[in-house]
Amino acid sequence: MYVSEMKVGTSGKVTAIKAASMIKKRLLAMGLTPGTEFKIAKVAPMGDPIEINLRGYRLSLRKSEASCLEADIVGND
Amino acid sequence: MHKIALGGNPNSGKTSVFNALTGSHQHVGNWPGVTVERKEGELKIESERFTLIDLPGTYSLSANSLDEKIARDFIIDKKPELTVIVIDQTNIERNFYLVLEIIEMGRPVLLVLNMDDEAKKMGINVDSDGLSKYLNVSVCKTVANRRLGIDVLKEQIRSAVQSQNKPKVLKFSEKTEKLIEEIEPFFKEHDQDLRRWFAIKALEKDEFLQEILSVEDYEALNQKIEWVEKSIANETDILLAEERYAIIHGIAKEFIKRVLTEEDRERFSTKIDHVVTHRIWGIPIFAGIMWLMFQLAFYIGGYFVDVVDYWFSRFGDYLASVMGNSMFSAFITDAVIGGLGAFAVFLPQLFVLFLFISFLGDIGYMSRAAFVMDKFMHTLGLHGKSFIPMILGFGCTVPGVMAARTLESKKDRVLTILVTPLMSCGARLPVYALLGSVFFAGQEGTITFLLYMIGIVLAIVMARVFKSTFFKNQETLFIMELPPYRWPSARETFGQAFRNSWQFLKKAGTIIFAAVIIIWLLSVFPAGIEAPPQDNFIGDFGRTLEPVFRPLGFKGWEAGVALTFGVLAKEIVVGTFGTLFTGQDFGELAEFAQAGLKGNLIQGLQTVFPNAISAFSFLLFVLIYTPCAAALATIKQEIGWKWMWFTAIYLFVLAYGVSFLFYNIGILFL
Repeated sequence: MYVSEMKVGTSGKVTAIKAASMIKKRLLAMGLTPGTEFKIAKVAPMGDPIEINLRGYRLSLRKSEASCLEADIVGND
Repeated sequence: MHKIALGGNPNSGKTSVFNALTGSHQHVGNWPGVTVERKEGELKIESERFTLIDLPGTYSLSANSLDEKIARDFIIDKKPELTVIVIDQTNIERNFYLVLEIIEMGRPVLLVLNMDDEAKKMGINVDSDGLSKYLNVSVCKTVANRRLGIDVLKEQIRSAVQSQNKPKVLKFSEKTEKLIEEIEPFFKEHDQDLRRWFAIKALEKDEFLQEILSVEDYEALNQKIEWVEKSIANETDILLAEERYAIIHGIAKEFIKRVLTEEDRERFSTKIDHVVTHRIWGIPIFAGIMWLMFQLAFYIGGYFVDVVDYWFSRFGDYLASVMGNSMFSAFITDAVIGGLGAFAVFLPQLFVLFLFISFLGDIGYMSRAAFVMDKFMHTLGLHGKSFIPMILGFGCTVPGVMAARTLESKKDRVLTILVTPLMSCGARLPVYALLGSVFFAGQEGTITFLLYMIGIVLAIVMARVFKSTFFKNQETLFIMELPPYRWPSARETFGQAFRNSWQFLKKAGTIIFAAVIIIWLLSVFPAGIEAPPQDNFIGDFGRTLEPVFRPLGFKGWEAGVALTFGVLAKEIVVGTFGTLFTGQDFGELAEFAQAGLKGNLIQGLQTVFPNAISAFSFLLFVLIYTPCAAALATIKQEIGWKWMWFTAIYLFVLAYGVSFLFYNIGILFL
């Protein structure tokens, strides 16, 4: 499923990145490589962007950017 | 002089390291051809002198953004003798991505493991000796905002520059190394030291290679990459990122010891975030912080305004009494002292706003504010980070324009700056108050509110217009770190506010000063100081402008003169009307009333604006037209002459159009 569809509190593992070069490069640099585990931590008050936790830090991204990432759910709070 | 570069992630404390190394020996300018801030500083270690160039803070060097391209081109083309990379030790894994990319360039590198205090608290212990031996680079631990470890760092910089040791080549997997080997021959005509780096960039499908390869070679290279991707069933750029993180993982396992598993600071940040970016409370809290900021700025700033104003006029009076009544003394007291006073009075307020902004940035709130507001701003075609500059615009356009620096992309920066003057600043308020009380007695509040709202609506409309004309299809990402909350160091926060104020004084000061003097000269020549301004050039100017403004409903040359003076500072519009109609220069209607001149002023205004429609048309014009000299000077400093002129002209045209439409439609209903 797309990361943008995941609920707050769920954890996932990146399976694929399907994005234009600019977004892809940034996502990769931020550590969202295939196999990386992350957790959906928060949604902003107006429903977008979202905050995810990975590699020991917090990352914010818009839902449109999160929809470039596919992931498997691995856990739920 | 040795040339060294300073790189690092945003929020890594790079600025603290820069300040700690260079102290007050800093120059701020722009990178050639672009309006990205370029800071350069000097430092002396023993008897050797070094120039330290602060590269833009970036997460990587893939040249996606202008910042990344600047940083990368500098290391490749200008060949600094050393690149110092600042690393947030509490987030070492992601910070190391940039380190690996810089190491791949094969130039001498020094690693600064910053925030050692926080790392210790979190139980993170990096074996810097081991890391140093493994990578063949110097590694130094610091707490830069408390100036700890800086002497050792200086010594290491000196010896690293001397030794010119190159970092170890970090090998990718065997398969990838083979691919690199196969691609290297494409660059056989290029610098041998850079061939490996070019090959890596080729695997990352970096478009700049187009510029250094022939058309045929570039085509062949692309075919090769395509073929490779098919054979490995993966994209090569993803493969490289995966392998870099694998290398980082290996390094972390070898050299980083974590004593505690629970990360206290993380839990602390999470707790604050629960409140600050809460679904319901997030926006009210943001609004509250902004309210507090303005209260403080106007309370503290307002107190100093009176103090500064008092001393400047005392000083002016003193000089006048010493020098007597001559053209020269009038020049010194009115133009020079008056001109200095004109921007000195609002420096205290600016300083408080700058202080607040740097404090909010240092504790880590700014990125949360952007996070909370992004959805709204993005639908307007702006970025979450545009909100703070625009809000600041309600206080004063100057700090608003300067705060737009936090925006990463030039497009967002320019867009935000172009519309920030439409946020009705504090200086326009006296004009609303004066005309409101004369033409809309009892309704001043509604009129003022209406003007603020019109400004906001126009800003939204213009943002959309500019976005779809100048910046079509240019999206900026919101993929960024939300740094942990940190208690800032007073030295850094105050230092930043002082530097911003000083920069404003130095860069904007000259322009404002020049504008004050030009307008003063226009108002005393050729008839002299004794003559009322209308007999001088400024009067001619007003009369020339009169037919221009007549279609907006302004019946008299005084409006043109007031608006011309208003370019110095919007509140001067009030004083100008006062001088023209009563011979007295007061700031508020109450003061005119006290002097028994209220009648003259009202009468004068009623001649120029025969009805409420024309008065409101004038208010609309004051709201929208060309920002004051200080704002223009700041715009020039931030995004260049071209955009400054554009802002000045487009706002004038917009003001004219809006007032024209309002007046001509309005009088039909009168």
